[in-house]
Amino acid sequence: MTTTLFTDARLIDPEQGTDAPGWLLIEEGVIKAVGTANDPAPAAARVIDCAGHCLAPGIVDIGVKVCEPGERHKESYRSAGLAAAAGGVTTIVTRPDTAPAIDSPETLEFVARRANAAGPVNVRPMAALTKGREGREMTEIGFLMDAGAVAFTDCDHVVTNTKVFQRALTYARALGALVIAHPQEPGLSDGAAATSGKFASLRGLPSVSPMAERMGLDRDIALLEMTGAAYHADQITTARALPALERAKRNGLDVTAGTSIHHLTLNELDVADYRTFFKVKPPLRAEDDRQAVIEGVRTGLIDIISSMHTPQDEESKRLPFEEAASGAVALETLLPAALRLYHSGDLDLPTLFRAMSLNPARRLGLASGRLAPGAPADLVVFDPDKPFVMDRTTLRSKSKNTPFDGQRLQGKVRATYVAGAPVFEVS
Amino acid sequence: MTFSHSHLLGIEPLAPPEITTILDLAEQYVDLNRRDVKHADALAGLTQINMFFENSTRTQASFELAGKRLGADVMNMAMQASSIKKGETLIDTAMTLNAMHPDLLVVRHPHSGAVDLLSQKVNCAVLNAGDGRHEHPTQALLDALTIRRAKGRLHRLNIAICGDIAHSRVARSNILLLGKMENRVRLIGPPTLMPSGIAEFGVEVFDDMEEGLRDVDVVMMLRLQRERMDGGFIPSEREYYFRYGLDAEKLAHAKPDAIVMHPGPMNRGVEIDGEIADDINRSVIQDQVEMGVAVRMAAMDLLARNLRARPAEVMA
Repeated sequence: MTTTLFTDARLIDPEQGTDAPGWLLIEEGVIKAVGTANDPAPAAARVIDCAGHCLAPGIVDIGVKVCEPGERHKESYRSAGLAAAAGGVTTIVTRPDTAPAIDSPETLEFVARRANAAGPVNVRPMAALTKGREGREMTEIGFLMDAGAVAFTDCDHVVTNTKVFQRALTYARALGALVIAHPQEPGLSDGAAATSGKFASLRGLPSVSPMAERMGLDRDIALLEMTGAAYHADQITTARALPALERAKRNGLDVTAGTSIHHLTLNELDVADYRTFFKVKPPLRAEDDRQAVIEGVRTGLIDIISSMHTPQDEESKRLPFEEAASGAVALETLLPAALRLYHSGDLDLPTLFRAMSLNPARRLGLASGRLAPGAPADLVVFDPDKPFVMDRTTLRSKSKNTPFDGQRLQGKVRATYVAGAPVFEVS
Repeated sequence: MTFSHSHLLGIEPLAPPEITTILDLAEQYVDLNRRDVKHADALAGLTQINMFFENSTRTQASFELAGKRLGADVMNMAMQASSIKKGETLIDTAMTLNAMHPDLLVVRHPHSGAVDLLSQKVNCAVLNAGDGRHEHPTQALLDALTIRRAKGRLHRLNIAICGDIAHSRVARSNILLLGKMENRVRLIGPPTLMPSGIAEFGVEVFDDMEEGLRDVDVVMMLRLQRERMDGGFIPSEREYYFRYGLDAEKLAHAKPDAIVMHPGPMNRGVEIDGEIADDINRSVIQDQVEMGVAVRMAAMDLLARNLRARPAEVMA
């Protein structure tokens, strides 16, 4: 039996909420035992000295866009997998907003085949909730689950027809399927490139009130009261949406919420002189909103942090701001960007990994995301302090549209393990 | 002389002494333009290209005349009709232009920030002739010159800007410029035509026109941009005219010597009464057109001086 022992590690255990020195033993790709610095370490066939660096459960990233099928020049399963491994992400949960959309078992099977052949990390696909993400007819949720879909989402398309959405939620509930939605009132957000306020007005950009997010969430919560479905809001980015979310949770609805790393670490002013790499959807918010969302992650009201990895080629970004495509790549910058919140004293490491590893795994019913015996040995070893200047040309993603280009970040992944096997190591 | 910029993209980056520099130089060109021989050679040998991605007769003519009076070789490119429709991107256009070695590029574009983007990709001085809802700096400068000449100063004035503020780049540039020069700016219009976050601009906002016009020195009317309306900002033109159209009755609330301005083209009977627009004692609308040529000459002259002062390798 092959056993590997990680010694001299700083164990980040989001389940226990602890951040303490210790060791971890794995066997056959599964975590076998975990001990503190005081516990005697067992013998093992192979020993990896972590040299005091952090050892945490690998990141489970919900909402990664891999551009297969349709736009492989922007991102393939191979390039996304390499980027994920380098970023400490051990499971990518992929979005169905491809061209064509992943809305049939046949497309999903094609994608799953490609994913498993090409990538070093775990890939769990999501499927569209409605055909073509058009909000008219629900997809074959049952068949898609059989084919491996872990959740159903139309991504940034809001199912505006409330009756269609209600039926899809009702049907999904019967099958125990998780529905992920983008809370937004599309009547208000249509055509917006910025969040309304002084900055948007100064720049003359079409804008959306932050209230549009709360309105979308309010509607969805009302539908959850009707249907009892399992629901996850992909990105909660404004302070005004938080009380509604809190109430829904208190009332016992099966609801969770995520946010994106960009909304946690950037605000609308970062757009500056129309820098399109900072154009994301929903648009970056005011600083007050960012602070409120950080607090939401700290208290656990917001469950999950995602990269919302969205590759865009240069051509779709080198346009006037209104016309430029939305989205940013983030698989490789998720961890260092999240560590900004650690270095600023906003969030401790167990809280960050609760939101990046434990909670997303739990929400999808995956066994990973924990440092507990029996969990898969999906692990990341990182140095939280290592400073560097981000150079977008070094990214492994095929697309280089990161807002962190040229910025100082702290924290580098030393090694990433999937089922105990190294998929990335700093040489 | 204080003016250190290589482009004129907006009022936002300008410091008050730079604004004064442009206006002072423009005064000289006002004089020149009134002579029999209206010619100088500040731009002799330079090539000026006017690229208008959006319809304009007046602004384009003003820039063209300004360039010609200063001796530049001026070319107009009507971009609406051209390759943009064939899918050429703004960056492609910039590359094409670079190969033609222009010195001054005057750009109007329907999207905010597009002129800024273009300026990053070309090797010449860029003047913003209006980008989306963002800025229209030469309009604000010509308005400032008109006010300064009519009122004898450009500070501590009460100035009302009325109408469709939300969709107006003219309003944005004027709010910035008049604020920088330490005037009190009031915005008057229906709340549906006010941009978000406007209270943070250091202005006073009124939805009642008579209240807003009380004791102002300057009344600046804006065109009701019907072509920009998504629909449903105001109930009807006639209700708008009743509540926000400038007529003698409303103007009576302003100071007796208040001047009336309009960037043109006017919708008579929608935002302004025809008689007021034509009243030579109140309306400075014709002066604005005249100042426009002079201000554009000054701006291009200053940019050309900075262009010539740049080391050769930067231009390569």
